[in-house]
Amino acid sequence: MADRAQPLGLAGWTGIAATVAIPALIALTATAVVLSAEGGRGLSAADWAAIRFTLWQALLSAMISVGLAIPVARALARRQFLGREALITLLGAPFLLPVIVAVFGLLAIFGRSGLLNNGLVAIGAQPISIFGLHGVVLAHVFLNLPLATRLLLQGWQTIPAERFRLAASLDMRAGAMFRHLEVPMLVRAAPPAALIIFAICTTSFAVALTLGGGPRATTVELAIFQALRFDFDLTRAAMLSVVQLAITGSLALIALKLARAPDFGKGFDRPAKRWDVDDAPRRILDGMFIAAAALFLIAPMAAVFVRGATNLAGLPDVVWTSAGRSLLVAALSTTLVVSAGLFTSIAAARLRSGAVWIESAGLLAIAASPLVVGTGLFIIVFPFVEPARLALPVTALVNAVVTLPFVLRALIPAVRDAEASFGPLADSLDLKSLARLRLLILPRIRRPLGFSAGLAAALSMGDLGVIALFADPATATLPLQLYRLMGAYRMDDAAGASLLLLSLSFALFWACDWGGRRGA
Amino acid sequence: MLELKDVKLVLGDFRLSANLAIDGPGVTAVIGPSGGGKSTLLSLIAGFQLPDEGRIFWDGSDITDLTPGARPVAMLFQDNNLFPHLDSLSNVALGEVPVARPSQDTKERARDALRKVGLSGLETRKPGALSGGQQSRVALARLLLTKRPVILMDEPFSALGPSQRRDMLALVKELLPKATILMVTHDPDDARESMQTAVVSDGYVSPPRDTVAVFADPPPILDAYLR
Amino acid sequence: MRYPILAAGLLAVTPASAQDLPVLTVYTYDSFVADWGPGPAIETAFEATCECDLQFIAAGDGAALLGRVRLEGARSDADIVLGLDTNLLAAANDTGLFAPHGLETPALDLPVDWSDATFLPYDWGYFAFVHNAGMENIPTDFRGLGASDTTIVIQDPRSSTPGLGLLMWVKAAYGDEAPGIWEALADNVVTVTPGWSEAYGLFLEGEADMVLSYTTSPAYHLIAEEDTGKTAAAFAEGHYLQVEVAGKLASSDQPELATAFLDFMLTDAFQSVIPTTNWMYPAVMPEGGLPEGFETLIQPDQALLLSPVAAAEARDEALDEWLTALSR
Repeated sequence: MADRAQPLGLAGWTGIAATVAIPALIALTATAVVLSAEGGRGLSAADWAAIRFTLWQALLSAMISVGLAIPVARALARRQFLGREALITLLGAPFLLPVIVAVFGLLAIFGRSGLLNNGLVAIGAQPISIFGLHGVVLAHVFLNLPLATRLLLQGWQTIPAERFRLAASLDMRAGAMFRHLEVPMLVRAAPPAALIIFAICTTSFAVALTLGGGPRATTVELAIFQALRFDFDLTRAAMLSVVQLAITGSLALIALKLARAPDFGKGFDRPAKRWDVDDAPRRILDGMFIAAAALFLIAPMAAVFVRGATNLAGLPDVVWTSAGRSLLVAALSTTLVVSAGLFTSIAAARLRSGAVWIESAGLLAIAASPLVVGTGLFIIVFPFVEPARLALPVTALVNAVVTLPFVLRALIPAVRDAEASFGPLADSLDLKSLARLRLLILPRIRRPLGFSAGLAAALSMGDLGVIALFADPATATLPLQLYRLMGAYRMDDAAGASLLLLSLSFALFWACDWGGRRGA
Repeated sequence: MLELKDVKLVLGDFRLSANLAIDGPGVTAVIGPSGGGKSTLLSLIAGFQLPDEGRIFWDGSDITDLTPGARPVAMLFQDNNLFPHLDSLSNVALGEVPVARPSQDTKERARDALRKVGLSGLETRKPGALSGGQQSRVALARLLLTKRPVILMDEPFSALGPSQRRDMLALVKELLPKATILMVTHDPDDARESMQTAVVSDGYVSPPRDTVAVFADPPPILDAYLR
Repeated sequence: MRYPILAAGLLAVTPASAQDLPVLTVYTYDSFVADWGPGPAIETAFEATCECDLQFIAAGDGAALLGRVRLEGARSDADIVLGLDTNLLAAANDTGLFAPHGLETPALDLPVDWSDATFLPYDWGYFAFVHNAGMENIPTDFRGLGASDTTIVIQDPRSSTPGLGLLMWVKAAYGDEAPGIWEALADNVVTVTPGWSEAYGLFLEGEADMVLSYTTSPAYHLIAEEDTGKTAAAFAEGHYLQVEVAGKLASSDQPELATAFLDFMLTDAFQSVIPTTNWMYPAVMPEGGLPEGFETLIQPDQALLLSPVAAAEARDEALDEWLTALSR
């Protein structure tokens, strides 16, 4: 085609640079780790077992999360009820939880002394154990079902209301509508959602081991931890990390290629009223799906809330200081990741065929071992600057890199839509660089921009990531302080700190998301 | 004078060739069956598509390699003519200078343009709060501020009823007397309002002729289309 | 390059240290420096005597500490590393990064003899299984535990020092019979956590009857929370010791200060802080004795401890046995 290619422009090139920077950072840190190795052994049989377990639990977690998200997102998409928006926002919260908080929340419901087992015992049934592969998957589904639901819900919203009207005028029933409208959308939306969850679960460490019930549940990240901390076998740590990256990277390419199915054309943003689903059985079924998801996702958070509420007021001052520091880190990394994500999305929208590569590069950041990246950064930085002085910037940087894929997932389609709909008009008006950004891109992507900024901010609040190597007493973030409380028997204070962390993460997410939706 | 010299473009199975000169000012209607290449012709002139062969000139200077924004060409699209997130005044102001914050002078001229198209008092409305006819008038007001001598209109008022459309066309002719206007249309009645008419069919662009003459003695293709 | 500018910008984030006093840098584990840990009181006490600025740098746990020092090598800013335990000492010695302390070791109140030219202990404790006071059929040894249906939470020896301590406990008590002990314990183990905190948290949430911790753990609940409901089970084969030590780095730029700190470490000002902040036994009994409440703790008849070299040699085999038994 002789279609005029849009020039990349400064924004585009910045985006390309950000895209290249991620694999470069991962490669550089892994190389730094290998180069400081003092010789070590290769991968053992136990390491391969860890790789197999890691992939298996990640696959199960991703499949089940997305599988369950389909009916939930469908029910949320086709039902209107009071508090629907608030419920959707609240259902997103588990994804923002630091894993250790999530684990204890889940235990309060599904644990030996949890509500569920108390109930089972009360009616004379056998109590169930949360520990084992099913516990790991349960926790991962709890953490990631919100993300899957949200991504699929966005998929449903891409089907224009006009399409549902057309289907209704053709007298399509729910089944036909599912086949003709919803399945094609799911073919496009589900694989990337599953992939992103798969990538998240591959670096699982504390959840997998704690709930896994024993060393069978060893993940690659634990093997890396062991190699780094106990064996000081840097080569092996880097090799494990590379194997993990290679697997996730190739899956990313496949899934994102698969994901390019036909699109539905443009609609006029009318709310999608549905005519196929107003019969009572379907209403009840949808209601049950929504209620079940809400119960599953909200009950553990409520447990965290109840457990922490009484301890919030008595928290040591230092916890509040850490909370302030975490907010600073979150602000920094959100600014970083939103700018990088914006420019990268602009580059992706202009380089139509390169978009898959750009997104895959971003995804690698999720699958990269935080331990290896952290250690590599430490090795690189140490000769020049005292690492403790870099604690905050490094944490912010790494958080930004890790959250970039989520931001890209939300922004790339939005920027692409904005350019597809209004690019020619902007071109003919000679809107360039900053003016184009302010007049075309930013106003058109407010919603996903607010959503992804909120997501990035909340995830940065909760992420312990690499800070351990860089931390010094004066710069502990809230999650690190939470671990310190737990490490000193102070479980009540830890419960209070968990609630503080949960509330701050959620408040940040809500504020950004709301800011994006307001007036958009 | 707008000239297309030996312009050729291949898009898959479709081939377009054009060799024509349009002397302004005035409206040239571009008419012909669907899929014949009308919109593609406009895309080539606007710069959204580059020809495989041939050159495009404006007043003797070669504009083939210029980006859409750098061409002496303004465009009215079939839809998405206005930014839905900007109010009328801001949309109009963009016609003069593509910046986020227009000067007071520009705003004054934009207000004046809105007055000329009969939309005084609707400066702060966003497109979503305007009727289809009002939206068309905002787009027209933007054209009034542009310094670009060539105006391309791709079925510009297709969302409007026949009489509204005729009113708009009259307004265009009245307010833009010095512009060289190319207007794609399906409707022979619209075309009859124009100064001259070019027929586009099967990728061939016939040179424009006087509209009255064309309709008095339609070429076979147009004849078939009109039946 | 722009590196110095970038670095200078980032430096502004942290407060600069105040005076022109010589700086003594001590690397230690995380919980030592927490506000409720021993760090703050010790910093104040030492700075009152040394005309120096004592700076703690926290680096995870004991194993992370050693890893950090190995990563930094001879360029390390650290003068002292505080918080290694005996299971890590062989590896620490092999790095060649530590210098002899050069002090005459004072009389230590340790259940075992200590004569190491490089590392000095500052506190110690016995590993033990902690349970709720009301529990029935409390096991009295590993065999009894394995035969019972008592549930336990333990830590992973690949990522946590108590986990490794348990491995050594079974090895020291049972030698070649250790695999059989682990096989019997396998069905008692509810789960294995990455660190002490998660395990202890699970226990407090009621997920298991007992948790691997220390004989001193009940003292925390008693003294800090006035809760008498936690007890440690006394095991007949004896309890494995964890001895926490500090050492001086050969690359220290403040060798005299470092020596002064090690000397200070075994005085009352340091040792009296340990019991109610680190919840361990002090290496030298403070003049005032132990705080009230410590007398209620169980006193093991026999202290088990493998020498650093023996522990290092036993580790890989013990780990394999553990993995084999628990992976079934």
